[in-house]
Amino acid sequence: MRIDKQVREAVDRLDLPFNSLGLDPYGISKKDLVFWGTAVAAFYRWYFTVSSRGIEHVPARGRAMLVGNHSGGIAIDAAMVVMSCLLDMDPPRLAQGMAEKFINRVPLLGRLANRAGMLTGLPEHADRLLEDERLLLVFPEGARGTAKLFKERHSLVEFGSGFIRLALKTKSPIVPVAVLGGGEAFPTVANSYNVGRVFGLPYVPIVAYGLPVALPAKIEIEYAAPLRFEGTGNEDDAVVHGYVDKVKEVIAGMLSAGASRRRGEPAALPERT
Amino acid sequence: MRVVIPGAAGILARKVGLQLTADGHEVVGMDRRPWPDAPFEFHEVDVRKRAAEDVFRRVRPQAMIHMATVTSLMVSGEERYQINLGGTRAAFEYARAYGVEHCVFVGRHTFYGAGPASPLFHTEDEPPLELNRFPELADLVAADLYAASALWRFPELATTVLRVCYTLGPSGHGTLSGFIRGRLVPQVFGFDPLFQFLHEDDLVRAVVLTLEKRPRGVFNVAGPQALPLSTVIREAGRTPIPLPEFVLSGTLGRFGLPTLPPGAVQHLKYPVVVDARAFRQQTGFAHEHDELDTIRSFREAFPLSS
Repeated sequence: MRIDKQVREAVDRLDLPFNSLGLDPYGISKKDLVFWGTAVAAFYRWYFTVSSRGIEHVPARGRAMLVGNHSGGIAIDAAMVVMSCLLDMDPPRLAQGMAEKFINRVPLLGRLANRAGMLTGLPEHADRLLEDERLLLVFPEGARGTAKLFKERHSLVEFGSGFIRLALKTKSPIVPVAVLGGGEAFPTVANSYNVGRVFGLPYVPIVAYGLPVALPAKIEIEYAAPLRFEGTGNEDDAVVHGYVDKVKEVIAGMLSAGASRRRGEPAALPERT
Repeated sequence: MRVVIPGAAGILARKVGLQLTADGHEVVGMDRRPWPDAPFEFHEVDVRKRAAEDVFRRVRPQAMIHMATVTSLMVSGEERYQINLGGTRAAFEYARAYGVEHCVFVGRHTFYGAGPASPLFHTEDEPPLELNRFPELADLVAADLYAASALWRFPELATTVLRVCYTLGPSGHGTLSGFIRGRLVPQVFGFDPLFQFLHEDDLVRAVVLTLEKRPRGVFNVAGPQALPLSTVIREAGRTPIPLPEFVLSGTLGRFGLPTLPPGAVQHLKYPVVVDARAFRQQTGFAHEHDELDTIRSFREAFPLSS
């Protein structure tokens, strides 16, 4: 495979404590990142022709939490956000996602995820990465989010509240992220939870055209200004849910403006800043 | 200081004893294995037997470094239980009865177990959650917990339980060294867990520091950053052989592959990595050998004949 030059340069510029073999203490491997990044960059540029807005809102260094919406069956959105931070940020950063628990059990897949910085979605991992001043990528909708059907693609399902407690505890800014187009890229018409159970997966998404292949839909990523909440992480549920709703509101706003834009409707006035 | 070391004839324990002697301590070793030319007072006794108690009674040590536990899965289950649990119990009873001030139990980081949903870095407050997958480790886990119970049962005794990651070095001693000794080293196809190890001389340094600083409590001990198993194997000049799990489970112990119980396969799929910050903070420990230097010392001591 021909290595992508821009990906290699971006990986070389990452501010992570790699040793002389190109491995960091979490097992992230420069070699695997370049390999994975090269494969994903091709999709990022030419297949999904991803465009990102507001990338300047992602802090250049220090702990931060990217909080996004899921859509499109197979979490293409997570890979595209990671790629956006790697290719569109200057200096580049590695957004570290939290992988679904089943991934670690799958040969090759778990290994690839770990080497690329995606640790199993455990609170301990999220906490440690933030304390280590890393950039964390979370999707509080979880597997419920990727399970959204095509018709629900611009909606949000219930957000977990753990991410807010974590942000409060670690005093991390939250950068809301909206990903549009995941639903068009993988237009799920139904999910089979029974087939999923057979393979140890949360569900298996089914598309109308049969083959579980993503379509070349345009994906847009929009980052909003960081939100900072004050607290300790031990607040009452009511307080935490209030903060969750604020984050959700920002993402929903970006999604609805983006959906209108994609339908060719004029932007609502005044435009969100 | 007068220091008694149960299990002193073990390869790492010998190094600890020698270092303490060099530092001017008065060391008394005991082990059921012989050590004919021991450079310090040594008694060939079983720690569970009366003769061992006599040593405590006569020497009146101020400190005990308990290194008389068996990791080797080649030793039968019943005997391992007797040594690891009966021995640990006896040693702590003598320590208490004969006025020892500080007890150090040298345990293993495999306490935490390996599993798909385990956090990557284990902290000392975690329970041994994966024991059901690897019941052969139960005696060591129980010995660790038993030793830690001295913290509340014998408050007059300063107790330190160390959970030490794998060691590697020129002696070729230890679980990891044994596993990567041959030319071909099996791996589970599709899995490449991080392995955490420290140079055996760094372990000796950590134990000696523990004696000096006398921290009370349970501490993980680790050295440089962990590396993927395939990297450890390659840097050691060996060749990793990835085998599908069902093939590996069926061939362990044959064709020159190491003999391992089924539970050990989990440790070839998932990492056991510890967070050792608390120990560093309490004792000021810093490893002197980095990860590559450590593997090199093993490779040079055990080159493969070409």
